[in-house]
Amino acid sequence: MTTFLNLTVAGLSSGAVYAALGLSLVIIYRATRVVNFAQPALALISGYLAYSVTKSTGSYWLGFAVAIVAGTLLGVAVERLLIRPLRNAGELSAIIVTLGLLLVLQAVAGMIWSNEPHAFSYAFDFRGRFAASDLFAVLAVIGTAAGVLLLFKFTSLGLRLRAAAFNPEVARLLGVRVGLMLTIGWGLAAAVGSLAGMLAIPPFISPTVLDEVFVYALTAAVLGGLDNPLGTIVGGLAVGIGLSYVSGLLGPELVPLAALAILVAVLAIRPTGLFGRATARRA
Amino acid sequence: MLRRLPPSATHLLAALAGLVLLVLLTFLTDPFTNLRIATVGYYLIAVAGLALLTGFNGQISLGHGAFMFIGAYTVALLVLRVPALPIWVDLLLAAVAGGLAGLLAGAAAARLRGPYLAGATLALAVGLPAVTQRFPDLLAGSNGLSFTVNSQPAALSAVPATRWQAWIVWLAVLLALVVLANLARGRLGRTLRAVRDDEVAASLAGIHVGRTKILAFLVSSACGGLAGGLQAFLLGTAAPGSFTPALSLSLLAALVLGGLGSLWGALWGAIALVYVQVWTDDLAELFSLRSNLSDNLPLALYGVVLIVIVLAFPAGIQGGLHKVWTRVRRPAPSHRGEQ
Repeated sequence: MTTFLNLTVAGLSSGAVYAALGLSLVIIYRATRVVNFAQPALALISGYLAYSVTKSTGSYWLGFAVAIVAGTLLGVAVERLLIRPLRNAGELSAIIVTLGLLLVLQAVAGMIWSNEPHAFSYAFDFRGRFAASDLFAVLAVIGTAAGVLLLFKFTSLGLRLRAAAFNPEVARLLGVRVGLMLTIGWGLAAAVGSLAGMLAIPPFISPTVLDEVFVYALTAAVLGGLDNPLGTIVGGLAVGIGLSYVSGLLGPELVPLAALAILVAVLAIRPTGLFGRATARRA
Repeated sequence: MLRRLPPSATHLLAALAGLVLLVLLTFLTDPFTNLRIATVGYYLIAVAGLALLTGFNGQISLGHGAFMFIGAYTVALLVLRVPALPIWVDLLLAAVAGGLAGLLAGAAAARLRGPYLAGATLALAVGLPAVTQRFPDLLAGSNGLSFTVNSQPAALSAVPATRWQAWIVWLAVLLALVVLANLARGRLGRTLRAVRDDEVAASLAGIHVGRTKILAFLVSSACGGLAGGLQAFLLGTAAPGSFTPALSLSLLAALVLGGLGSLWGALWGAIALVYVQVWTDDLAELFSLRSNLSDNLPLALYGVVLIVIVLAFPAGIQGGLHKVWTRVRRPAPSHRGEQ
């Protein structure tokens, strides 16, 4: 019974991280109908910047702040430079470009910081069951998710963001600066993604450290239907707990395949995800 | 004269000519280059399979390295456990194993599209190599299996090993390419393209969309299995470290670079895949680059290639060649030939 409890609790904190990275995918997908396969690489670069800053100044929180800011700027740059020219191209083009960016950024990280893993510290103490760092991860993600949801629901910026994503033509006629909204969406998403990276990367950072985490985050986002932030949070926690059971009871090497199985099973039953609407995929 | 022959005969003749050229080429080059020529061969069949799936059928696969993984381990296990089997049976079974895995993946993928399919296949590429940790006794964990293939016929014992291996690889690759070219040229090719261009219209025209997608996956991953089997045959090892997600993504990069819609594009892509590695190694030696830089240079180049091609040259190398060729042959109206 205690193993079960331990696994559940461990799954909760890793699930929060998947939810956060998944949330960053969903924000972008809602705005531009692009799944950003480069999201883990954006988080990786900001993670490495945090590593360098923390190493030279000794302050974890300065590194943390640098990571979030750098992530946001990267997201903005990617939207402006790479995604905007693809506005009228097919779905495949956007996937291929973000994959290209993933390869470039991972390679650049390896060139600057080498492919060898470096120690990467936790925000708080990580020892024991549901340690301070786990609590921090869960609270940070819940806080961020709540912030994002409130922003979308109750602010005028959120209304404009939703309008630009939902119907760009009408939004433009009503005076919304659609291009700016898309850029803000990418920046916001990348900031959330960088937060997820900061929580997911410890104890070691290396160029491929986020590959698996990205697969789980994508599973969470697909479970949520790719355009449903709340569904993604729930999906992330469910994936985290489910994979924690697989890891503890069957073996950690089966976790990525279990994520694949969840993904396929869910999509076979509901091709638009558990919480997705039927029209979500046609756009 | 070639025009009178049915396409399947043309493909066979072209493959024969290719094989003769290749054998002649291996007599001119050193063993090291022969190994590279053979490497181009197995990448060619992997990328050509991906061309059928992604280029012709519009299904994106970020997990084709996983099918190479299956093919490589099939050959490794067969050589180690059933040494009596001739190598061509091993290779055939590698293709069959890859195809079976592709059948499963295709059945799961038939309902998925775009980002959903990309995500699922990426999960396959990330997850499958870890299976070696699960069965350390059978699959030897992360060290992988190593073995020697002693199948050189006595009549050829005077031929250096790498030259002879290059022949075997290219014989298998060209045979598989003939099959692929016939499929792409024939009824299946038209069906695949119809499904890619408009699923609703295709199903209204009586095409079974799901079955077509699964078939594309089956053929394409059998090619992946064969490619992995040939790699294992050539290198004498099968280890999980050679089948990272980066491999799957670089196969896709090669396809996009060569040109999505044609099997010729797969050839340019496969050559690029091998020689980008060779050139960066040379470059690293020339400028004595740190290993941080040289190790990551190929991946950075593949990434840049993906981005630049999609943004600036969507038709890839083959598209460019095709344009030049049609302009040379028929200067007046622009003509889109069979791809």
